[in-house]
Amino acid sequence: MSDSPRDTRRRHLARRFRQVLEAEYVLTRESELRPYECDGLPAYRHLPLIVVLPADAAQVQAVMRICHEEQVPVVARGAGTGLSGGALPLEDGVLLSLARLNRILEVDPDNLCARVQPGVRNLAISEAARPHGLYYAPDPSSQIACTIGGNVAENAGGVHCLKYGLTVNNLLALELVTAEGERLRIGSGGLDGPGYDLSALLTGSEGMLGIVVEVTVRLLPIPARAQVALAAFDDIEKAGQAVADIIAEGILPAGLEMMDQPSLQAAEDFVHAGYPTDAAAILLCEVDGDNEEVSEEIARVRQRLLDSGATEVRTAQDEAERARFWAGRKAAFPAVGRISPDYYCMDGTIPRKHLPRVLRKIAAMSQEFGLRAANVFHAGDGNLHPLILYDGNAPGELERAEAFGGRILELCVEVGGTITGEHGVGLEKIDQMCAQFPPEELQLFHAIKAAFDPRGLLNPGKAIPTLNRCAEFGAMHVKAGDLRFPHLERF
Amino acid sequence: MGDRTAELQERLREACAEGRPLRPVGGDSKAFHGNPVQAEPLPLAGHAGIVNYAPTELVLSARAGTPLEEVQAVLAGQGQQLPFDPPVFGPGATLGGAVASGLAGPGRPWSGAPRDVLLGVRMLDGRGQLLRFGGEVMKNVAGYDVSRLQAGALGTLGVLLEVSLKVLPRPACEQTLVLELEREQAQARMRELCRQPAPLRGACHHHGRLYLRLAGAGASVRAWRARIGGETLAEHNSFWQRLRDHRLDFFQTERTLWRLSLPPNTPRLACEQHSLPDWAGAQRWVISDTPAERLRAEVTRAGGHAEVFRRGSGEQAPFQALDPGLLALHRRLKERFDPRGILNPGRLFPV
Repeated sequence: MSDSPRDTRRRHLARRFRQVLEAEYVLTRESELRPYECDGLPAYRHLPLIVVLPADAAQVQAVMRICHEEQVPVVARGAGTGLSGGALPLEDGVLLSLARLNRILEVDPDNLCARVQPGVRNLAISEAARPHGLYYAPDPSSQIACTIGGNVAENAGGVHCLKYGLTVNNLLALELVTAEGERLRIGSGGLDGPGYDLSALLTGSEGMLGIVVEVTVRLLPIPARAQVALAAFDDIEKAGQAVADIIAEGILPAGLEMMDQPSLQAAEDFVHAGYPTDAAAILLCEVDGDNEEVSEEIARVRQRLLDSGATEVRTAQDEAERARFWAGRKAAFPAVGRISPDYYCMDGTIPRKHLPRVLRKIAAMSQEFGLRAANVFHAGDGNLHPLILYDGNAPGELERAEAFGGRILELCVEVGGTITGEHGVGLEKIDQMCAQFPPEELQLFHAIKAAFDPRGLLNPGKAIPTLNRCAEFGAMHVKAGDLRFPHLERF
Repeated sequence: MGDRTAELQERLREACAEGRPLRPVGGDSKAFHGNPVQAEPLPLAGHAGIVNYAPTELVLSARAGTPLEEVQAVLAGQGQQLPFDPPVFGPGATLGGAVASGLAGPGRPWSGAPRDVLLGVRMLDGRGQLLRFGGEVMKNVAGYDVSRLQAGALGTLGVLLEVSLKVLPRPACEQTLVLELEREQAQARMRELCRQPAPLRGACHHHGRLYLRLAGAGASVRAWRARIGGETLAEHNSFWQRLRDHRLDFFQTERTLWRLSLPPNTPRLACEQHSLPDWAGAQRWVISDTPAERLRAEVTRAGGHAEVFRRGSGEQAPFQALDPGLLALHRRLKERFDPRGILNPGRLFPV
């Protein structure tokens, strides 16, 4: 039996890793590697060379030292729920799973914080804090599964960002293992640390700058009450205007979500939330706080929505109805999944005032590409999730869906927005980075990476495109458009 | 007033070519903050003006040299405010200086610091390259968050030209309660209130009194006032402003003023004989002649860090020394932004 160079390399690395980890936590067989071949974006799959599952920060350091000596690239992975291919393994690289670093080290209610390992699930933090009347605010939709380490890597958001901020706004300190295996503490036990604000730089850096091995998160008191209003509109532009009107009223809702007709119809068919299916769009507006405050604000929200032209406004009468109103929104993605063999979820952010224009253009593109689209929108903070419906088994549809998605993202950049609000660039949007950033900025990103990871071993090839790639993408982009759909009009 | 980008860029390019250090200056009201720098001033004062303000988008973009006063007046006109409530230590303080210093007012634990609301920057790096990071949207994870890194970097990574900030509505109702309490009881009270969903926006202890600022919907403020008790302070805004801008009598001293950043519930430290706890205990202003090394050791043991905010006599380093690994990383980062080391060299950490 002759070994390929890849097998030899794998065996050599496995031997070295087994000197620092128990043998069962170094995976090399194909059947063991298979579960790690993709993250939440299954269109991209690679089998890693090897998977390692360290138990603690010291073992992560030991693994990183070996990888550094051997010059082998490393992709870190939490729960693998990411939607941009950020945790996609490299065929010649190590997949470092942080799943076993899953302990809540300390909940400190008097200092309003919790110290946790990166593999702790987002929701588990709030569950641990609840007996103290506290919770961890960022609540990405995958919060029952996604881990805090992944949340830091992606700067995860959720439906409550407008009022409570993103992951970056809810961290106090980080412990980092560098590409060389050194351990650094970022931040302090207070609200700031000495030196540069590296935790801001590391949050959302997609595993390119270091491996987070401990996170201290800020906890907040659980609001005494939350109340949601559901408003129906016969015109999506009126719904967009209503969002601006609520903000102009001086109200900062805890959640402010919009769904267009196709998405609310799909959600209603799926979970029977009681949505008015004849509406062109609905808004869900939640306020939270004290009992007195919520009563006062929800009345103002209701009036404002009616003044803005809502055809109907309902406020949830009890907790069960509130849960039902939200159930439709929270099930929007799987609901769309039921009406189409496949769907492709986009994640652009735009200045809210451009919403009508962007939605009109998405509708036009939907015609152009011959693919349906449904839109759900974190309306409060301008984060748009168009879902493109396609059939992966129909020849050419995936490519068309990707081209459609790419055009949506470029449109977001055009109106002064961004290609990703909360899902990350990963591998998925790396070409659109070329549309958002000129070469000088991209070069500085590479320089920052080199300051942390001189050998370029951490998640190489993700998040930041090389200048060469952008040059090629620029050339290909025009050509592909001309080649694929020569019969289509361009506008 | 206007756009001086081209001229500033030219000056930076020249300085870079000649290796001449520069000190970006807004209103020069916080020159005392950090290590003194021997460098030619680069005034931003004329590079001013609000570039975009869309109240219903909750975003304001302005050139770095725009006076803070102007920004605050324009926001107030729309019932909005800068959430981080920047301290003002002298006339002419600018928006760029407020962001670059990273300092926040008494509402910090609840309303955040400049880094929390900084959405985007336009800046010049140490080569004079014009760069833009982030933007005017609330959520943006494309590329590394270079914008937020500028908050508190004291102009050592670049010259801020324009900043985009998330702004927020002013609370409908604000009141300040005063309770006569000794330090230990005050700390216990702050701890207990911070764990409840109270509309707190300020909590400090000064001269045997606990001051609590409540801000939010009228009904909520009234309900919590009844629950908490104490006296209602007339002219309450002026108290918090004097605290924020160091105009309370406590700050009128020639001795060294320390800023301690600590876990809020840390018991009173030995170095805190003359101390004013703010931020519900997470920031403590301390006037002390304790040797710097001893004071810092004590604060570090408690999980915090200490900086010399205003130097009295003595030659203490203003900022806590970084661990060797972290310092090396700071130097590498600085070199990537500013290869000739001309931007505020040594102000934040030793060259």
